[in-house]
Amino acid sequence: MNGLTTVKKKSSKTKSNRSLLAYIWFHRYLYLLLVPGIIYYIIFHYIPMYGATIAFKDFNIMKGIIGSPWAGFKHFEYLFSLNKFFQVFKNTIIISLMRLVCGFPAPIIVALLLNELSKMKFKKVIQTVVYLPHFISWVIFGGMLVTILSAETGIVNMIIVALGGEPIGFLTDPEYFRWTLVWTAIYKWFGWNTVIYMAALSGVDTQLYEAAVIDGANRWQRIWHITLPCIKGTIVVLLILRIGNLMQAGFEQIYVLYNPAVYRVSDILDTYVYRLGLSEGKFSLATAIGLFKSVINFVLLISANKIARMMEQPGIY
Amino acid sequence: MKERSIGNRIFNTINVIVLTILALATLYPFWEVLVSSISSYEGYLATDYHILPTEVDLTAYKYIFRMEGLWSSYGVTIFITVVGTLINMLLTITTGYVLSKEDLKGTKIIMFLIVFTMLFSGGLIPSYMVVKNLGIMNTVWALIMPTAISTYNLIIMKNFFMSIPKSIEESAIIDGCTDIGVLFKIVIPLSMPAIATISLFYAVYHWNDYFQAVLYITNREKWPLQLFLRSMLFENEASSMSGGDDPYLLGTPIKMAAVMVALIPIISTYPFFQKYFVKGVMIGSVKG
Repeated sequence: MNGLTTVKKKSSKTKSNRSLLAYIWFHRYLYLLLVPGIIYYIIFHYIPMYGATIAFKDFNIMKGIIGSPWAGFKHFEYLFSLNKFFQVFKNTIIISLMRLVCGFPAPIIVALLLNELSKMKFKKVIQTVVYLPHFISWVIFGGMLVTILSAETGIVNMIIVALGGEPIGFLTDPEYFRWTLVWTAIYKWFGWNTVIYMAALSGVDTQLYEAAVIDGANRWQRIWHITLPCIKGTIVVLLILRIGNLMQAGFEQIYVLYNPAVYRVSDILDTYVYRLGLSEGKFSLATAIGLFKSVINFVLLISANKIARMMEQPGIY
Repeated sequence: MKERSIGNRIFNTINVIVLTILALATLYPFWEVLVSSISSYEGYLATDYHILPTEVDLTAYKYIFRMEGLWSSYGVTIFITVVGTLINMLLTITTGYVLSKEDLKGTKIIMFLIVFTMLFSGGLIPSYMVVKNLGIMNTVWALIMPTAISTYNLIIMKNFFMSIPKSIEESAIIDGCTDIGVLFKIVIPLSMPAIATISLFYAVYHWNDYFQAVLYITNREKWPLQLFLRSMLFENEASSMSGGDDPYLLGTPIKMAAVMVALIPIISTYPFFQKYFVKGVMIGSVKG
């Protein structure tokens, strides 16, 4: 880009070393700009990856990571023998899958509905309103939910009672709590994801629709043959990302909303790691769970991406 | 291309109704928070539906503003939002700018190593130990440094820089500008929409984040706003037992006034979001 690329083609080794140094020196300001970012990634991402080795050690705070003795797969074996671990793992997967199945189509449907509107102004207002909850923290949103879902004074239960039903303990009844988690998460997120699909839809050539109308295609045919294929790439990318996050059942949400009455159905890997590690000081065991989770996430993401590529869809990388 | 068949008209009407209900359902909690926060405690208890305030009463706000811990936690949150976002942007711009030069030696492998951190992480406990060993527990830096760069935002920034025509930069270099000069005098001014979008992403993140604070801030006096709110909204049964018989401690109007106080700054950035962020989403969708 600035003539120096020609410098690098040299045959002898010392010469190429020297020219590499010359290359770096010539671009020294650029490399200098990169240093803070690299330091950040080393300290806050790569050192923790190394730190994860304590899952295979008997970690002792006094001895540090390097000094602690190796323990092999002891912690993993202990973990897999714990009933509690399986319950937490099961909760994580159930909540995650429920969120995926119920939550993934929601923004697509809303985006399709919005796309069918002919009044631009109305479309914009709705679009603006629905992503509002995305900007609110789970603490605040949780506070709102507690109020509107309250068994005595919440609007939702008042409507249920007015329609002749029994009030439901959305936040305290183990039978309903997972559904509460799932639908409130969807409630908070669907608008944001809708906007992502809308952005993809804004790129669709309107001539395609005009041509389809001339050919006599009705509304459903247009949605099926034009709109959906146009956002297929976005759908696939978002689906891959969601699958890669399957072990993430939502610490922030659950940590705010759960309570002793519903621990059994809502304790997930993240909350378990948090309690084991930071409240009980079982660092090695908690790290083992974290590592287990990271590995599963990694495998899921890679496989989902591979499948997408096999189906000739653009993957995420 | 309007069709006037009955089926279409019915569809359009139902569509408008469904979307309106959806929008109202999204707005309702915000409205109820507002209405409850300006009700008196007695007024709140006396009515079933909180759709309209019976009378406007600002006692809850007066109580909140006097509450111990509100202003200090507000201060912490403002600090991490302002300073945190500045640091975020500085690192994201410099790193993203260099990585946008794909023919520069070494950038490909560094980019791979950075993207890899999105795929795999050491987990919560090892990250916690890094923060502990750095000696920044219970300081604002524990809320700023571990999230100094968001890889997702970095990629958006990098992609945006790549979309700037190379010829503009080249002509500046011919005119005797250094690489750093090009970045500050040419690239940054050309990238203001992307910079505004990503700054807002970071600022909203800092304002709302409580996960990091739960991990790293154990000292009550150093709490950011979200932790203060969490204890007010979700733990006050416990604190009311120790805090005596003040009925207001449990009162919904006070809780909701606290929510309003935390909500207003973030809602006021909303018009800016409106302007920039759809653009930001589009930039992010450019593959790099």
